[in-house]
Amino acid sequence: MPVMNYIQALNSALHNEMERDPRVVVFGEDVGRAGGVFRVTDGLQSRFGEERCFDTPLCEQGIVGAAIGMALNGLKPVAEIQFMDYILPAYDQIANELATIRYRSGGQFSAPVVVRTPACGGIHGGHYHSQSTESIFTHVPGIHVVMPSDPYDAKGLLIQAIRSEDPVLFLEPKKLYRSARAEVPEEPYTIPFGQAKVLREGTDCTVVAWGVMVHVCKEAVEQAARKGIECELIDPRTLAPLDEEAILESVRKTGRLVIVHEARRNTGFGAEIAALVAEKAILHLEAPIRRVTGFDVHCPFTLDPYFLPDAPRVLLAIEETVGF
Amino acid sequence: MAATEVLQLLAPDGSAASEELPAELDPQRLVGWYRNMVLLRSFDRRALNLQRQGRIYFYAPASGQEAAQIGSAAALQDGDWMFPTYREAGACYQRGLSLQALADQLFGNARDLTKGRQMPNHFACAALRIVSISSPIATQIPQAAGCAIAQKIKRERAATLCYFGDGATSEGDFHAGMNFAGVFRAPCVFFCQNNQWAITVPVSRQTGSESIAIKAKAYGFEGYRVDGNDILAVYTSVKQALDKARAGGGPTLIEALTYRMGPHSTSDDPRRYRSESEVAEWERRDPIVRFERWLRSRGWLDDATVAAIERETAAEVEQAIRSAEAVDAPPPQSLFEDLYAEPTPRLREQQRELLGLIERGVVERITRTPLFG
Ligand SMILES: Cc1ncc(C[n+]2csc(CCOP(=O)(O)OP(=O)(O)O)c2C)c(N)n1
Ligand SMILES: [Mg+2]
Repeated sequence: MPVMNYIQALNSALHNEMERDPRVVVFGEDVGRAGGVFRVTDGLQSRFGEERCFDTPLCEQGIVGAAIGMALNGLKPVAEIQFMDYILPAYDQIANELATIRYRSGGQFSAPVVVRTPACGGIHGGHYHSQSTESIFTHVPGIHVVMPSDPYDAKGLLIQAIRSEDPVLFLEPKKLYRSARAEVPEEPYTIPFGQAKVLREGTDCTVVAWGVMVHVCKEAVEQAARKGIECELIDPRTLAPLDEEAILESVRKTGRLVIVHEARRNTGFGAEIAALVAEKAILHLEAPIRRVTGFDVHCPFTLDPYFLPDAPRVLLAIEETVGF
Repeated sequence: MAATEVLQLLAPDGSAASEELPAELDPQRLVGWYRNMVLLRSFDRRALNLQRQGRIYFYAPASGQEAAQIGSAAALQDGDWMFPTYREAGACYQRGLSLQALADQLFGNARDLTKGRQMPNHFACAALRIVSISSPIATQIPQAAGCAIAQKIKRERAATLCYFGDGATSEGDFHAGMNFAGVFRAPCVFFCQNNQWAITVPVSRQTGSESIAIKAKAYGFEGYRVDGNDILAVYTSVKQALDKARAGGGPTLIEALTYRMGPHSTSDDPRRYRSESEVAEWERRDPIVRFERWLRSRGWLDDATVAAIERETAAEVEQAIRSAEAVDAPPPQSLFEDLYAEPTPRLREQQRELLGLIERGVVERITRTPLFG
């Protein structure tokens, strides 16, 4: 099986699906001729032609709005927003339009659009190339929110997204684009939404993380293991739908929960997980739930390393939770 | 003038359409512009090298756009406001932002006016009415219209100059800003540097219209094209538009036809999407060469002065960079400042949390501005 990085895995998924289904069209800023600023759509235009993979004008609300129209009329658009930080002009199209069309039409219309976008920080990009605003989308019903943490999951979940009957926001932690590598089949395969992945089993403390933070937590839980603390590390992979049972089952076993995300703490998705556990498993808890997150500031440029959670901060939270 | 004609006062060979000059332009001022153009080119080259050496993280050069940048900002008066983009290091410098301030911002050090909060090229200087640059494309356009509406409401005899690129004209914010300016007859000059490219996308993919300038007509005001590599044409047209705005004549859209001779930014390789012949064609229209030819033909510049300007500006750039690099990073507590006029209790708590983590050695203290390999 070939080893692929995150970009290659996504590119392979797009090739597979465009090959399989002539309704799939791919577009966005710099997506066509250049193959994307991160090269995720590399080679698609030369292979499938300019009608199926093309550059758009520089306009996010246009990209998503047009994608909705294409999807209403039977195409399967995979739209790229160049950075998640620039998705906001399209927020109206996503939250008020894309996510509501099935509901507000009484089920008559649907718009199965995939919006892919590089997300999260860790590349010294300052506020406008670092945000991880998944929670402003998980707050909106009617759209799935996916954030794979490795190339294998990325390919399987992207194909699942393209085949989905509902809209999907597909978040790609850009820091992993070239750094994460895995064995990935050339052939198409899918990974169902709403199935968490347990990366490490343990009995002392549950650690939930997604995106880049999965890798930070892997390091932290290994260090914890060397100190005799056995953590269970869970990557939900899709935040909407969320595999609630996987988290609850783990917390019932460990009695402790540390949630790690790089998004800001205030109303981040970690708050939703904490509330879930408080509602459904509080009597199993032996220590307060801890969140290790970005601070409640705009991601700064020079001081960026302070903003993002790292392994020592996660390890400290694990130790304090277990030693409570 | 029709919105598709192009105003040109200096031909690429340095010959002038007219011997007459606006009264306020004397040789000293003109040679000063030339000097600033040379300095900007030198700053660009140095910044690109610094990024390659891993000493700064990012840079967006403006080589090829010096006439558009220097000529436009030279037309501003003290009370005017400007809304630049990340491409406008040169316009900011011409406006009065010091070379040291530019260099400090590239390093994001403790002396940087913006406290290291943003990526390189995102300058801000309230004292000079240079509004803080943000990365999202076109967001400044309606803001500039609003600033100009305020100038009108406050009866200020001042105008607002708004910078943006060809790509920006595709955003909804372009429409919003142009429309507000037209409806309220705001004293705003919209200065579009059509440098032919938005990263890898040519301007033909931004509009089906025959020009960008022509769009002004539909918003109820004047728009025209100028040769953006001709500093006299840029200065004259922006000056006229600003004067008109200050006198209550409403907004203007100016489309300056120019070319980004270098990469979009240090993250980009332009050879992948545009031809060498296109680049060569525009190199023949180099704005600095053209202006230099003309200044020489008038007898205002000679070999010795050119050599001195090149030497002095390079030394100034070097000095500013050395000084900027020697300054420490902003202190950790500054992470939590400037979110609000006063920090909230929660921010104070998080500030204590971070300082505690640094004290305990859990989080490493950042002393230097970022170094990258
Ligand atoms: C809203 C938004 N979308 C996408 C981007 C990514 N991006 C940065 S610069 C750029 C191209 C801008 O082109 P143009 O307006 O012509 O200005 P130029 O860079 O040529 O000066 C793009 C797409 C962004 N910064 N903001
Ligand atoms: Mg441009």
